[in-house]
Amino acid sequence: MTDAAPFLTATDAGLTGCTSCGRVWPAGTARCGRCGAHLHPVGTASLQPVWAWWAAGLIFYIPANLFPMLLTATLTGHQQNTILGGAVELAQHGSWGVAGIIFLASILIPISKFIAIAYLAIAVGTERRAGGHRHLLLYEVVEFIGRWSMIDVFVVAVLSALVQLGFVASIHPGPAAAAFALSVAFTMLSAQSFDPRLIWRGPTENE
Amino acid sequence: MSVPLPPIDELIACPRCDTLHQCRVLAETERAACARCGTLLITPRTRSFLHVVALSFTAMILMVAAVFFPFLGISSHGLSHESSVFEAAMAFSDGWLAPLSLAVLLAIVLLPVARFIALIYTLWPLANGRPALRHAAFAFRFAEELQPWSMAEIFVIGTGVALVKVAGLAEISFGPAFWAFCALIVVTVLKTAFMSKWTIWEAIGR
Repeated sequence: MTDAAPFLTATDAGLTGCTSCGRVWPAGTARCGRCGAHLHPVGTASLQPVWAWWAAGLIFYIPANLFPMLLTATLTGHQQNTILGGAVELAQHGSWGVAGIIFLASILIPISKFIAIAYLAIAVGTERRAGGHRHLLLYEVVEFIGRWSMIDVFVVAVLSALVQLGFVASIHPGPAAAAFALSVAFTMLSAQSFDPRLIWRGPTENE
Repeated sequence: MSVPLPPIDELIACPRCDTLHQCRVLAETERAACARCGTLLITPRTRSFLHVVALSFTAMILMVAAVFFPFLGISSHGLSHESSVFEAAMAFSDGWLAPLSLAVLLAIVLLPVARFIALIYTLWPLANGRPALRHAAFAFRFAEELQPWSMAEIFVIGTGVALVKVAGLAEISFGPAFWAFCALIVVTVLKTAFMSKWTIWEAIGR
């Protein structure tokens, strides 16, 4: 792709665009005069919070998978389910669709997100040419899909509130629920900290 | 740059790729997208302010119903239990998981309501042709920034998954709050579709 050339960016023109409302201000302005958002010049300094939130999310993703998500007590005994264990059990009961949703939302999407954000952040620093449309699409998918990982936390909340039938069956949340919620929140912050304008900057900046 | 730039307040910088564009007011069926990355920049719609205000009021009423009416009921072996949305959020409230209860309550009830109030505060005067209220810019930016954190629609899908899990174990009954929540999702989606950020910012900035 040989873009960048015919397009004048705000940075090239000595201006800073507001990422919140689109208004343009002279470079060096601290706050947008229209919407009040902080103005950020395009630069790799914005990658630091991306990596910090990314690491925090990854750290909390480990206990989220090791500890039980659900504690179930039924007539036949007690049971503890981790995220993966719950999905496997659903699949064994024949609920393939729901097992698929849980597997997708709690395992596949979080792991893909860690890889995708790391890839985008590394690509910004080392690219030979502007990443362009493919990277922007990847970023938008990551940004859109991140919050949907919260599904599993809500499943646990609804189950624990609803299934309170004394000795017949009762469900309680496990410690993994909190770790998983934190992990999802941190990766959302990581994706939000990433500045998609970096994708388009490309190596032309250094020439 | 040899090309003289138009005045700074007629420019718009694409938030996704930083490309500068000159804005102009579009006809109601037109849309403006970024020439480089394709991000939609201006999407005007007629009477959109009034629509968003009306839908925000609708959503508030539905939310009140969703919180206070019974949400779901379950019965098995002669035992039964009813749960409200509030109880679902409070499921984590015992022990050290308590902060998670607050987070869930924020995500499914408090933040959506705060956003509806902020949108009504911003758009009500604009819809009536009056100038924006004093803190309208703050209120609208607040509503925009909290959008990813208000997760009512994710909660509904989560409820669906939970119900399939319980389905084999017990009998389930749906309360009015469940349907209110489903309607709330439809209203929220419509509201988002009717909103044009740039048009609203232009109206606030005037």
